[in-house]
Amino acid sequence: MTRDLSHWLRHPDAPTAFCPGCGHGILLGTLLRAIDTLAIAAQDLLFVSGIGCAGWIPSPHILADTLHTLHGRAIPFATGAKLANPRLTTIVISGDGDLLSIGAGHLVHAARRNIDLTVIVANNGIYGMTGGQTAATTPLGVSTATHRAGNPDAPVDACQLALAAGARYAARFPVTDPPRLQAAIARAIATPGFALVDALSPCPTQYGKFQPEDSIAACYRRFEADVQQRSDAATGAAMPFGEFVP
Amino acid sequence: MARGAIAAGCNYYAGYPITPSSGIMTEIAAHFQATGAGVFAQMEDEIASACSLIGASWSGARAMTATSGPGFSLMQEALGYAYFTETPMVVINVQRAGPATGQATRVAQGDIMQFRYGSHGDVFPLVFCPASVADCFSLTALAFRYSEMLRLPVFIAADESVAQLRETAYLDVPAPVVPRRAVDDTPFDADIAGGVPGMPSFGDGAALLVTGSTHDGHGMRRVDSPEVHERLVVRLRNKTLLREAELDQTLLEDMADAEVAIVAYGICARSARAAKNALRQSGARVGLVHLRTLWPFPQQTLQAACANTPHVVVAELNLGQLAAVVQGVLMRPVHALSQVNGLPMSPGKIAAFIAELS
Repeated sequence: MTRDLSHWLRHPDAPTAFCPGCGHGILLGTLLRAIDTLAIAAQDLLFVSGIGCAGWIPSPHILADTLHTLHGRAIPFATGAKLANPRLTTIVISGDGDLLSIGAGHLVHAARRNIDLTVIVANNGIYGMTGGQTAATTPLGVSTATHRAGNPDAPVDACQLALAAGARYAARFPVTDPPRLQAAIARAIATPGFALVDALSPCPTQYGKFQPEDSIAACYRRFEADVQQRSDAATGAAMPFGEFVP
Repeated sequence: MARGAIAAGCNYYAGYPITPSSGIMTEIAAHFQATGAGVFAQMEDEIASACSLIGASWSGARAMTATSGPGFSLMQEALGYAYFTETPMVVINVQRAGPATGQATRVAQGDIMQFRYGSHGDVFPLVFCPASVADCFSLTALAFRYSEMLRLPVFIAADESVAQLRETAYLDVPAPVVPRRAVDDTPFDADIAGGVPGMPSFGDGAALLVTGSTHDGHGMRRVDSPEVHERLVVRLRNKTLLREAELDQTLLEDMADAEVAIVAYGICARSARAAKNALRQSGARVGLVHLRTLWPFPQQTLQAACANTPHVVVAELNLGQLAAVVQGVLMRPVHALSQVNGLPMSPGKIAAFIAELS
């Protein structure tokens, strides 16, 4: 179904700053479709992001209130804004380094306190803006700028982390599956309390740089397979796609 | 300080426990919970506290937190963000003996330069310094007034001794906090030097673009424009620097004929006053420059007050942080009376130091 989303964009004709093949543009479109279906007034929406490529998904693109914050701190900024004005539908969208590494403590406590936020992790499994260093989400064994021989550490599972801390809803889908990702985002926003969507959004530029595949499509397939299959050295546990409810 | 904040309409407080500032948090939390007059959030750390204040302020709240040395260090990145995005909020730092964990229950004034230069980049903060219970009330209320008027994070440089004082105080009704001008087409620029733009809130329909990156008047990121960056950084500097006289809360006592001026602030100002009064009784011409605005430093007031004063003594609980500033402002040597043993400076020590001068 074609849906005109231009009224959600601050500069509908302007290009994004994302690299060719970046998943974040698809994620932005999927997010806007989800919001459009929910019929939330733009005036009641607040988007909060951190630092890194994903911090630019809402700011400046979305024509609503946007708060582009510090690296790792999007969730506490959003917490203050939401507590001071509970009428705001408050959506945090930021990168995996931002939300699951430097800002992981804030995620745990916002979930524990059940702050009514929707947190969308734009998860590319790498530090993109800084040149492809290993992230807390990089799958085991994947080659990066800081671990050419392969990442030795198990990645964090954003959904399990959020649920363990008290999240009311969590889901993981890749941007290659926009309908299910859109439905998950809509459900997360509609969930009263803390909800998280781990949106796999591949980075062909930096994640793909150290992989043998040379096409963007192949990079997408590899990243999704890496996340699902190469997660935990000890248990071999994978990170499946799907919705997770406590 | 809690009562001053409440009188000024504080309706959002976020904090994390740390000695010796925690009493402010428990007082405000109890007040909000009893009256429903505001939102209290006990956050997971000081970084989160400061960040949540910024979010709350953009949602229209009058927001405050209080902390002490280590917590103030953790907040610095967020405080720079608040400064750069022109976010009104009030942050109290009850100084204790540092560096590091230091002596958590002991007094110091070692964070004077951290107030001034704690953030990376060029910042020109506004810092008030209380020396009495009445000051704690009125300067905290004044901090809210100027934070809203100038769209600035405003700091209270308290110290452990002043924050724990018990004394009879006569409190003036604070000047009202003027509501924000909530509409502005360019909420991040103003044409006049040191100008303060209006500030819409989230939910007003202004489609705000708030960012800690260099931004133009609309909030659009301009991370490669030399002109935009310079215009913004200079205007923010001018907001406080051009208002030095208006922001100055310095008290001058017995300075007209003074041959020795004691420059002091916080708990040391009380000891200095007692020393000055005792020395006056024995005929010594001693005056007091009691600083209650530390930054922007009240240069003109100090220069005028000490123009004919042969000796200037700066008494402080650090190793000469403000003495160096006073020396620079007066362009002549001053006597630094420093103490860093975790105890308040006694009036007798100041009097003895002055007696040695002549």
